[in-house]
Amino acid sequence: MKLAVTDLNSFYGPAHILFDIALEVGEGEVVALLGRNGAGKSTTFRSIVGLVENRSGRIMFEGKDVSREPTHAIVRSGLGYVPEERRIFTDLTVEENLEVGRQPKRPNAPQWDRDKLFQLFPNLGEMRGRPGGRMSGGEQQMLTIARTLMGNPSLVLLDEPSEGLSPKIVEQMVEAILAMKKEGVSIVVSEQNLHFARLISDRAYIIERGRICFGGTMAELDARPDVRDAHLSL
Amino acid sequence: MAFYVVQFLTGLASAASLFLVASGLSIIFGVTRIVNFAHGAFYMLGAYAAFTLTERLGGALGFWGGVVVAALIVAAIGVLVEMLLLRRIYHAPELFQLLATFGLTLMVEDLVVLIWGPDDLVGRRAPGFRGAIDFFGQNIPSYDLFLIVMGPLVLGILWLLFQRTRWGVLVRAATQDRDMVAALGVNQKWLFTSVFALGVFLAALGGALQIPRDAVNHAMDLRVIVEVFVVVVIGGLGSITGAFVAAVLVSELNAFGILIFPKISIILVFLVMAVVLIVRPWGLFGKPEAPARRTPGLTVNPWRPLTANERFAAIAALVIAAALPLFAGNYALTVGSEIAIFVIFAVSLHFLMSVGGLASFGHAAYFGLGAYGVALLAKMAGLPMIACLLLGPLLGLLGAAVFGFFAVQLSGVYFAMLTLAFAQIVWSIAFQWVSVTGGDNGILGVWPEKWAASPSHFYWLSLGIAALAVVILRIMVFSPFGFALRATRDSPLRSEAIGINGKRVQWTAFVIAGTVAGLAGALFAYLKGSVFPDNMGISLSVDALVMVLLGGVETVSGAVIGAVVYKALNIWLVSQTELSKLVLGAFVVLIVVAFPKGIVGTLEAFMHRRRKSSSSTSSLVTSRIETAE
Repeated sequence: MKLAVTDLNSFYGPAHILFDIALEVGEGEVVALLGRNGAGKSTTFRSIVGLVENRSGRIMFEGKDVSREPTHAIVRSGLGYVPEERRIFTDLTVEENLEVGRQPKRPNAPQWDRDKLFQLFPNLGEMRGRPGGRMSGGEQQMLTIARTLMGNPSLVLLDEPSEGLSPKIVEQMVEAILAMKKEGVSIVVSEQNLHFARLISDRAYIIERGRICFGGTMAELDARPDVRDAHLSL
Repeated sequence: MAFYVVQFLTGLASAASLFLVASGLSIIFGVTRIVNFAHGAFYMLGAYAAFTLTERLGGALGFWGGVVVAALIVAAIGVLVEMLLLRRIYHAPELFQLLATFGLTLMVEDLVVLIWGPDDLVGRRAPGFRGAIDFFGQNIPSYDLFLIVMGPLVLGILWLLFQRTRWGVLVRAATQDRDMVAALGVNQKWLFTSVFALGVFLAALGGALQIPRDAVNHAMDLRVIVEVFVVVVIGGLGSITGAFVAAVLVSELNAFGILIFPKISIILVFLVMAVVLIVRPWGLFGKPEAPARRTPGLTVNPWRPLTANERFAAIAALVIAAALPLFAGNYALTVGSEIAIFVIFAVSLHFLMSVGGLASFGHAAYFGLGAYGVALLAKMAGLPMIACLLLGPLLGLLGAAVFGFFAVQLSGVYFAMLTLAFAQIVWSIAFQWVSVTGGDNGILGVWPEKWAASPSHFYWLSLGIAALAVVILRIMVFSPFGFALRATRDSPLRSEAIGINGKRVQWTAFVIAGTVAGLAGALFAYLKGSVFPDNMGISLSVDALVMVLLGGVETVSGAVIGAVVYKALNIWLVSQTELSKLVLGAFVVLIVVAFPKGIVGTLEAFMHRRRKSSSSTSSLVTSRIETAE
């Protein structure tokens, strides 16, 4: 098992946000975390990489419990994170943004470098010297993914990669994610868009009000229209 | 003509050190979001360390090596400070960070005197740059030319460091979004430490390079920090280019200002700063920052007026205090008057910083203006005491109206820096304008009239005014104006959206606080019978901050308790030790790290917990309020 989260509870101040979250990701798998706005998808990701301080539970990554490690150590062990808000460094150029993400090679994970990423995202290759602040939303989204891949992660948490993008860019995004999968990167992708999730995922979880209320293959999800209609807005 | 060129070059030479210190401050602020008030202290330590090293080591190598090694040693001290102190307070509210680094400054001032003695030390001339160059009959020290080259050189090196190295890229990234940098696997802790080390190194180098030009003394930290604050406010905090341009600008204004207003050259700098603040509040090269979301406070207990029982207890305490002359001697009564005066001073600052969320680091300016107002009216105009007490504080009001207008254009750390700079300007006017203020000799012989002259009468007068000030300010806290002020403090955007003119409200609060502080100063002048520039000095501003902090910065009545406890301790401490700044500084750091809620805050938290366990309904209500926060 690549990643196994059990009994994850998170709090913002006195407010209890996540309740006993459990999810698993196998080697090389793409798993979707589906849910409406505010269901707890982003908080789940932020909790896994340690950006939510007040949390409890077990987070086994490659057989090791990382729940007590600081964020940078979790990320360095090969668990990459692409935030929803993109958070590009706007004053830094494309190449400098990638440089921030660069980490040493890892034996058990696919290797990435600038040239390989510029092949994956050709748009970025054409604007190496452009400051992040002067890029379109779609270009920024590609840059955040490329930036995380510079850390040679073996698993990536992708927070709503299709949000706010035009259909054409979404298509490119699907291709990029499938290419990552082909390289052997395990992926957890959070989505509201079931159509997008279906194109890339092997399995899916549904999260609602901070609780996981469904887990199974995409085929199993399609067999349960009641679950889909109750928890996802289509 | 040649004279003006030389004057210009002198200005450029002075700019070099100023730039080094200011760029260090800017770099540290960019990444850690802490305005390091101790930066002047590191500058001073650099100068002292370089003095000792260059004296011990002979020769040219000894001199230049000594300068660099001194800066490295001080940078190592900086690393210790970062690891032991700053790491504990990176997530604390801004005010606490400012106070902790300020406490550090106070400690260093006494430590320096302890190690190197109180006298000015004159360092070695720089080998190879001893002479002067003749320029159309005017002399230019060759060391000045060296410094003129040094400034742009350091600017260039820093530019390369930030643009061309991985470390520089990481620092620039962290300046924008440090959490994201961590989420990409970069260890923030070491990034912060290395940035702090570089910033301190620059400050210390700036100090070390000054020794061939200026005598080393234990007041140079405050002088430089005030100039540096002016530089970063003009240039824009976080911009190195801005620091350079503003350092040159400020130094040239000083160099030529001395020709125009020989006595009060600082006025010119102040005028330029005022213009910049109006045109570009975020500085020439800075970027406008989105209004920061208020750092969650330490406590979330909503404020409420006193209950009937508490009101009764407060009146009882006042009655007991009023009975003091029945059994206490004259000395105790004088101490009592002083405490009452400082209660007024503390509640005035509390009104500004706790209620208004504007932490002033120069509140003593208005205290001092009130004191000078009384002294000038009494000595020059010969007005009776009542008239003086009523009119004197108006000088505080006037000062607060002028400075407050500019200060409330900014918030947070900028506000703190600006108020400190204003206070230093007022102080230097009192210090330099000898013909009116008497300069360092002050104004003597300001005694109360007969009806108030006896210690018990003066004590009752002070106590009465203090009680009145506390009650009036408290009523204001719970008045519509107080609500508007607190709304602006908690969310500037939302309060503006419901039609509150935030700047106007804050300005009014500033003026009220300044006037009440002036009233305290007015009484103080009569208590001591004299006024001195120190009545508006930085240590008095810090005293006020510590009083509010000690009582509990997030409580309504903390300032009163804090003032009584602190002033009593302070009077006792000064009689016990020579090193009062060291003890005071350590005390400040200790409160910030270990006891941030203060006396009243801790008591309230304790009562809160007891109430919570005794009745579950009220705890439900509180938790709802907390969630809503």
